[in-house]
Amino acid sequence: MRDYGADSVSVTEVAVATNGDVVKARQMVRTLAQSSGLSLVHQTKLVTAASELGRNMLVHGGGGTVRASAVVEGPRKGVWVEFADHGPGIEDIGLALTDGWTSGNGMGLGLSGAQRLVDEFDLDTGSSGTTVRIVKWGR
Amino acid sequence: MTDRVPVLKIGDVLLVSIQTDLEDQMVLDLQEDLSNRIVATGARGVIIDISALEIVDSFVGRMLATNASISRVLGAETIVVGMRPAVAMTLVELGLSLDGVRTALNLERGLGLLRRLQASRSDRA
Ligand SMILES: Nc1ncnc2c1ncn2[C@@H]1O[C@H](COP(=O)(O)OP(=O)(O)OP(=O)(O)O)[C@@H](O)[C@H]1O
Ligand SMILES: [Mg+2]
Repeated sequence: MRDYGADSVSVTEVAVATNGDVVKARQMVRTLAQSSGLSLVHQTKLVTAASELGRNMLVHGGGGTVRASAVVEGPRKGVWVEFADHGPGIEDIGLALTDGWTSGNGMGLGLSGAQRLVDEFDLDTGSSGTTVRIVKWGR
Repeated sequence: MTDRVPVLKIGDVLLVSIQTDLEDQMVLDLQEDLSNRIVATGARGVIIDISALEIVDSFVGRMLATNASISRVLGAETIVVGMRPAVAMTLVELGLSLDGVRTALNLERGLGLLRRLQASRSDRA
């Protein structure tokens, strides 16, 4: 994935430490999706993915930071979102991305479902934390 | 303290109209409130109106599915009404099937469905 975070001039961010912060992050992403002209369905998919990844960051990663930016590539407009935590990381990425697999008592759909809902998905994880970056493009 | 979603009682139906972007604790509280109210009121039906919800993620989806099961055990049917088309499309792609959750297009149809379900239930009784 292109380094959209470094390329972008206006990145907004929300620190996530509570459930309420996940709502704030979701709203930040929705606002960007609207101003970037994403269709209603694309907005809904992006915000839903952001909700899943924001919750994972809080529940499994102990909280972190959500950064987001509008991105442009040629004629395309889209939204880039990054979820970064300093939690324990994901031990087995393949397993974590399997539908229905959860290390806790979730449904195990958040990570795999979020990946399906967006156009670009980057997962970077290790013992010092997890960073997920996603992009949803408009039509 | 987080806000709670109001649960209204109209006849023998409990009506929940979700008007705000819910944080997870509100979702859990709602599930508990609904179970308690079904028992306290003897309600036979529950309608959850989600027409104002811009997204339904796995957390809210799970609450809807769990609530449908719990209310059934407690003798009430739950109907989820007003799901936006974009939300339905997203839910399917997310992989959430909402098994066991009855849905209707809008409040009016939801109430109609409840009435029919109750009629067929009292026929059998
Ligand atoms: N940021 C993270 N840090 C550490 N582990 C994570 C992180 N995100 C996901 N995981 C791991 O990946 C697993 C799968 O995540 P996924 O979101 O699919 O399911 P879940 O969160 O367990 O359940 P739910 O369906 O409720 O989201 C989690 O159970 C967890 O073990
Ligand atoms: Mg999850």
